[in-house]
Amino acid sequence: MSLTQQEVLHIAKLARLSLTPEEVERYRAQLSAILEHVAQLQRLDTSAVAPLTSMGAESRLRPDEPRPGLPPATLLNLSAQQQDKQFRIPPVFEP
Amino acid sequence: MNPSELSLTEALRQMQKGELSSRELVQASLERIAAYEPQIHAFLHLAGPSALEQADQADARRRAGDASPLLGLPIAVKDVLTVEGMPCTCGSKILEGYLPPFTATAVKRLQQAGAIVLGKTNTDEFAMGSSTENSAYGVTHNPWDTSRVPGGSSGGSAAAVAARFVPAALGSDTGGSVRQPASFCGVTGLKPTYGRASRYGLVAYGSSLDVVGAFGRSAADVAAVFSAYNGYDPLDASSQNLAAAQIALQTESKPRLDGVKVGVPREYFIAGIQPEVEKAVRASIQTLQSLGAELREVSLPHTEFALPVYYLIAPAEASANLARFDGIRYGPRAEAESMWEVFYRTRGEKFGEEVKRRIMLGTYALSAGYYDAYYGQAQKVRALIRRDFEQVFEEVDLIASPVAPTTAFGIGAHGDDPLAMYLEDVFTLPANLAGVPGISLPCGFDSDGLPIGLQLMGRRFAEADLLRAAHAFQQTTDFHLPVPGLGLG
Repeated sequence: MSLTQQEVLHIAKLARLSLTPEEVERYRAQLSAILEHVAQLQRLDTSAVAPLTSMGAESRLRPDEPRPGLPPATLLNLSAQQQDKQFRIPPVFEP
Repeated sequence: MNPSELSLTEALRQMQKGELSSRELVQASLERIAAYEPQIHAFLHLAGPSALEQADQADARRRAGDASPLLGLPIAVKDVLTVEGMPCTCGSKILEGYLPPFTATAVKRLQQAGAIVLGKTNTDEFAMGSSTENSAYGVTHNPWDTSRVPGGSSGGSAAAVAARFVPAALGSDTGGSVRQPASFCGVTGLKPTYGRASRYGLVAYGSSLDVVGAFGRSAADVAAVFSAYNGYDPLDASSQNLAAAQIALQTESKPRLDGVKVGVPREYFIAGIQPEVEKAVRASIQTLQSLGAELREVSLPHTEFALPVYYLIAPAEASANLARFDGIRYGPRAEAESMWEVFYRTRGEKFGEEVKRRIMLGTYALSAGYYDAYYGQAQKVRALIRRDFEQVFEEVDLIASPVAPTTAFGIGAHGDDPLAMYLEDVFTLPANLAGVPGISLPCGFDSDGLPIGLQLMGRRFAEADLLRAAHAFQQTTDFHLPVPGLGLG
């Protein structure tokens, strides 16, 4: 299992990570080695095994009742940039 | 005796009898931290004067008749759990300066029991690591040999307890992050059952694996802390709606283990394990037998697959959980012209190397075309690993094994080889994958004087069985008593 630089760049894009050229090459080599190691799972025949998807007994629901939360100003104050009681962000769409 | 040398149980006893004040105890902790923290670097944040004010309040409450179980006791908290008013960085630059406006339930319960949080301890970034070297704020040094790592990811908490900075501390365990540093630092560390304690306020890494764990100098001390923080929390839907476990262990008694069946899994004694570790662990299993336990060789046949399963499932969950760190709502933000560039640059520049590696590994394992082969197959093999444990626990009450293949390794020893580092967790990952509880307790020293750990694992929600067996072991051995040299020879 050997990744190409293009594949690493594709994964980084999906993960919203900017990488330096040195990082691309380092992660290409390291992720290839790790994927080679985890590929040993393919040896096992699991056609009759149900995947383990939940650790709890069963999902539980709670009543959907309003309850107090943290004040909006407290949460907004954690942001790097805010304006008029809102998060301030650069443009999402190209002008 | 200096109060910082007292165990949690002894300090509480002396405070209850009026022989010691919380102020004296907290003052002694702060003085010890001031003297030795430069060599150890266990803390990322220290509470300072406010801790002494809280100690005075605790003393006043005690005089007024308050008998809260941990009243006036100083503790430390791993920096992946929020404490209102203290920074929470998770060892990452992406949360530099973040001041959480709420306190984690586990911490809040300890505070309600009277404990005083002295500070936040160092961790591998977002709990991803086995050495605390992945912290963006410098490595923690092992109090037994400061050229070595304390283990990880809860290395700061383990080192703080070993160094006698605090009698007890909280950590988190996703793949061994309480048990392995407990082993490396010669303290006792409990990883409870998945769902036993609230994770509200624990910054999420691997949501099907994460639990809040506790460190102390003995099983009795850990039991007192665990009893105070475990239990159902409506703010965490994964916490099980069970009565909180209350476990009190008498330090005057010499309990036996008659009738307890202990399984010794052959897959945990493998080539590559340090011979002194195997020798000490096997000798301690004999000690359990001498206390009345019945030994049986057992098999957990899918053990060898735990590492590849973990390194698909944990990164996959991490890649989703860490998507929330984008520079918008909290933490520093990289300046850029478009919002997308803000995301790429903030995350690319502020996440450390290991975190980015695991995010990318998880993103790949979940991506179109690879999901079934990687993540889907890992979930199936995880079911086989859990079934191994269920079958063995029909036969035995406890499983005994090494915690880690080696004692504490040197800082920088694993350099640029992430797989070698991952192999450090080979004996601790299975308990997280199966959701069962585990405990690490000191069981010997190697020829360099470094602590060795014994791991006991038990049935789901059977923390009491683990703590009682660990307590029986410690009431007849003294491996948990020596004090490390703190780099002063």
